[in-house]
Amino acid sequence: MTVVTLKIDDRDVSGRDDETILEIARENGIVIPTLCYLEGLSIAGACRLCLVEVKGTSKLLPACATRVSEGMEIHTNSERLTQYRRTIIEMLFAEGNHICSVCVSNGHCQLQDAAVALGVDHIGVPYLHPHRHVDASHELFGIDHNRCILCARCVRVCDEVEGAHTWDVGVRGIEARVVTDFSTPWGDSDTCTSCGKCVQVCPTGALFAKGKSAGEMTKQSEFVEYLVAMRGRRS
Amino acid sequence: MTKTITIDPVTRIEGHSKISIQLDDSGKVTDAHFHVTQVRGFEKFVEGRPFHEMPSLTARICGICPVSHLLASAKACDGLLAVRIPPTATKLRKIMNLAQIAQSHALSFFYLSAPDLLLGMDADPAERNIFGLMRVNPELVRGGVKLRQTGQQIIELLGGKRVHPSWIVPGGVSEPLTEEKRDQILAMLPEAIGIAWTAYEWYAEEVHKFKEEIESFANFPTLFMGLVSPRNTLAMYGGDLRVVASNGAVLEDHRQAEDYLSIIAEKVEPFSYLKSPYYKPIGYPSGIYRVGPLARMNIIDHPGTRLADAAFEGFKTLDRQSSFHYHYARLIELLYCFERTEQLLHEPDILDRHVRAQARPNAEEGVGISEAPRGTLIHHYRTNKDGLITYANLIIATGNNNLAMDRGVLQVAKRFVDGERLNEGMLNRVEAVIRAYDPCLSCSTHAVGKMPLEINLVAPDGAVVDTLTR
Repeated sequence: MTVVTLKIDDRDVSGRDDETILEIARENGIVIPTLCYLEGLSIAGACRLCLVEVKGTSKLLPACATRVSEGMEIHTNSERLTQYRRTIIEMLFAEGNHICSVCVSNGHCQLQDAAVALGVDHIGVPYLHPHRHVDASHELFGIDHNRCILCARCVRVCDEVEGAHTWDVGVRGIEARVVTDFSTPWGDSDTCTSCGKCVQVCPTGALFAKGKSAGEMTKQSEFVEYLVAMRGRRS
Repeated sequence: MTKTITIDPVTRIEGHSKISIQLDDSGKVTDAHFHVTQVRGFEKFVEGRPFHEMPSLTARICGICPVSHLLASAKACDGLLAVRIPPTATKLRKIMNLAQIAQSHALSFFYLSAPDLLLGMDADPAERNIFGLMRVNPELVRGGVKLRQTGQQIIELLGGKRVHPSWIVPGGVSEPLTEEKRDQILAMLPEAIGIAWTAYEWYAEEVHKFKEEIESFANFPTLFMGLVSPRNTLAMYGGDLRVVASNGAVLEDHRQAEDYLSIIAEKVEPFSYLKSPYYKPIGYPSGIYRVGPLARMNIIDHPGTRLADAAFEGFKTLDRQSSFHYHYARLIELLYCFERTEQLLHEPDILDRHVRAQARPNAEEGVGISEAPRGTLIHHYRTNKDGLITYANLIIATGNNNLAMDRGVLQVAKRFVDGERLNEGMLNRVEAVIRAYDPCLSCSTHAVGKMPLEINLVAPDGAVVDTLTR
């Protein structure tokens, strides 16, 4: 491990060379929006919301999946990045069926929060209005695929923290969706332990506890970081 | 040569509709219809949704009376949970319903209908609106605005926001009432009751000026339906269904929500998107019935609060089958709503913290009925074993009145419209009969100002013979 110094948004910062741009930015109070990233889980780099500009490359790099190096110069907040991020959010809204006003997570939704933070007040791409279903076969929980943004946090927490690997991503391209076991109803799953971790880490109202009405679903995902840290200490 | 007069859109109502009037060769009215020109599709697109979403989803049917839908829906969901909700939750739901009815009645009476009542049916349409009313009688308008505000503020204090609060949930309500909020609401009530009484006293004098309108505004025998309490007083939330004939004969009594399908059936007419419900045992179209304030006054012994009971004595002297008296009934209910709210807030357990019954779905079918401002509102759901909606049937208050509105249009047109010489006042009366029912045809309001009303006289070959533009 070596300590490196770099610039983020023209500020001199330092960190270890095994840290990511996102980690260093957060340590220094620099906000980079994320959706698929969750402290304690492996890196997916799926949502592309954390893309940043790095001097010396014309490509935008995901802050969550890019290690820092000595002398790096990073910009996290340019007009171009804001425009890209806004478009990403608009496409997420257009790709599913997100009706905030009647959603269980209204007011407690990370997709909604990101949209507000980025000033998304209109959707500039055509809505797809896909025909998706709700799986409410599980005794305690439900999944509404209309609200799923495929961040795969549920897949990772189930595999990496709970160790059950009930969730996975099935099918390809625009048809891709999260599935339980071999794409069988959640309620029939032999592997699901009903722990509810997937529900707690889901950033939207896609995964929810049954019996919740509009706006009643609040989630606590901090436990992941804590659990992982405690296990690390024990081993 | 026969002609058709079309009034499109009907103004100062909630939603979109038009009226067509058929004239014969001599310009006499032969037929008239009330057409609802919009389709919403809620019953279909809620299929597949978890039932816990239903109150919030169906509340979006309307921005004026979301609370009514929240209540009927939550009651249907209580049925799916098969729970009895905590008594305090029932009382709190009642209070919100009363506030909802009060604010809606204030809107209907003061904003939408008072221009006709105070300025006259024949007044210049440019003046015949709430702004014209403000110039003539600012005190009345101020009172109306205050009453609507009071209703909306009670809703906000209870549910966190005025339109579409998500406070009413399956099993009860999501938050108990605090002492501070109770006292805030209590402090608003004396003024509201005072305004409502003044308005009632004014209108009780005024009503006798409308002899012709009273005689022809859907003045015919029909049945009346609504909820009634076990003591035969007004029941806006609880109570059971009662159907009463114009002569006072009770045809159905103490019927539970689940029985509604044995009382009501629906018919589809090709000229309207709004279905026509009718009283099943009598059949279509003779089973015509009315709901709403007038119907409620016609099925009870008395409202059940002091001033509303006093006003009801006045109502008893009126021609109780004229739809013109929806206005009178609405004013009595305004009094009742605020008085009853006061009573409920003084109940010893109103601040109880236990306001929600928790349960998993225990039944696959549920029916919820409550009284909306415009009348009896029915939500009926079926779910699969996972609690996803497989069937929804909603009979909206205004729908119940469809047959009566349709026939009322014909009666008033026959009385006032003369095809030889069209004028604004006669056509406004045709609209005003619809306005008396305060129909809520959707969630949009056309409350204020000049609507682009255009009346065409159309010959059978489609040629426009005459046009009157507002």
